[in-house]
Amino acid sequence: MLKTRIIPCLDVKDGRVVKGINFVDLIDAGDPVESAKAYDNAGADELCFLDIAATVENRGTMFDVARRTAEQCFMPLTIGGGVRVPDDVRNLLLAGADKVSFNSAAVANPDVIAQSANRFGSQCIVVAIDAKTVSPGKWEIFTHGGRKSTGIDAVKFAKLVASKGAGEILLTSMDRDGTRDGYNIPLTRAISDAVNIPVIASGGVGSLDHLIEGVTKGGASAVLAASIFHFGDFTIKQAKTHMQNAGVAVRL
Amino acid sequence: MSTIIVDYNSGNLRSAEKSFQRMSDELGLGQVIVSSDPNIVRKADHLILPGVGAFADCRRELGAIDGLFGAIEEHVKSGKPFMGICVGMQMMATRGLEHGDHDGFDWIKGDVKLISPNNKKLKIPHMGWNNLNLTTEHPVFNGIKENDHAYFVHSYQLKTANKADLLATVDYGGIITAAVARENIIGTQFHPEKSQSTGLRLISNFLSWKP
Repeated sequence: MLKTRIIPCLDVKDGRVVKGINFVDLIDAGDPVESAKAYDNAGADELCFLDIAATVENRGTMFDVARRTAEQCFMPLTIGGGVRVPDDVRNLLLAGADKVSFNSAAVANPDVIAQSANRFGSQCIVVAIDAKTVSPGKWEIFTHGGRKSTGIDAVKFAKLVASKGAGEILLTSMDRDGTRDGYNIPLTRAISDAVNIPVIASGGVGSLDHLIEGVTKGGASAVLAASIFHFGDFTIKQAKTHMQNAGVAVRL
Repeated sequence: MSTIIVDYNSGNLRSAEKSFQRMSDELGLGQVIVSSDPNIVRKADHLILPGVGAFADCRRELGAIDGLFGAIEEHVKSGKPFMGICVGMQMMATRGLEHGDHDGFDWIKGDVKLISPNNKKLKIPHMGWNNLNLTTEHPVFNGIKENDHAYFVHSYQLKTANKADLLATVDYGGIITAAVARENIIGTQFHPEKSQSTGLRLISNFLSWKP
């Protein structure tokens, strides 16, 4: 059977790994390629690099990091941040990414998802949705690293991008990101139930039980976490063993 | 010895190139070449056809490069080892039924059909790590054990007409074809270049394979 994926996410700025607390107060914590190698050896199921400064400072994406990682890691690699047009997807795929994640550009123009999926296949097109609770059971999309409100309903948007050919949704709760209070379960469940493509839960993991809840209560196909792995609170193996003991099928 | 990966504007060749190069280096087999030139493809000892995206698009892109498919077909007919990965494997079938009815290479009898899991909660695409059930012994699967995991990402699968062509399956709300083989050709639905140690083992076996 298919296993629940555990995906360490490395937020990258200026070629270095950082992890924001609610997207501010960045702490420098290492070389992305070295981190990628460590996670590859540790048995992570996929890796995700997000170039968090790319949209805000209008920088290009990180081809060099992708290139160097692809030389050393033989596991699926998703890259996001500053991806605007289908040619950005092509360049990242050529550099060594396996999947490319759209965020702000998909909100501004959802057709870029259709154009990219038609050209490269849905399997490599991820849409990163950053959502904030606006009232109970209602979530709104935010872009530009959580700075910009859009007024767009997150569930409707998820359905839209799925219909445009997105292969996967990377769903981050802006309320929870960096808090260590756990995933936003109602949000994760609402999106996961609304679409027939895999949903990756993200934002707020502080304990291994949170990973389990993302799957059992949130309905996520994969769980993403950053700080709990990156600062050494838990290993990938500990996370997987904990999930397996709770009845969640993982690759051990 | 030359190992050549066919480039026809489909998919992520860099990760395939790097993984085959890594194992080629370990085996002392030299440079892995990525090429769309039929004259270079003709020089291959081991030929790899990757592919992602839609069946018809891959077929069209491959057909758009003059003489390329002919060179691939010559390689296969000469008895030298050939490997198809993902849509590269699916194109070996008789027909592809993704967005219409399209001819495949007809090397492996069967059709490429949409996955339809019997559990409606299962998402499409089938994306992630699944454990292999090995149905037939094969040199390229040497050292790969029952229930080893491989990385999949696909919405369609090759349903083989002849059971003898089936090498491995996985369960995803029903049986899904994971690998096929016949004579000097092998195909994997999963991505060996993304399947960590299991994938590297398979690549090494393929590069050592003398069918």
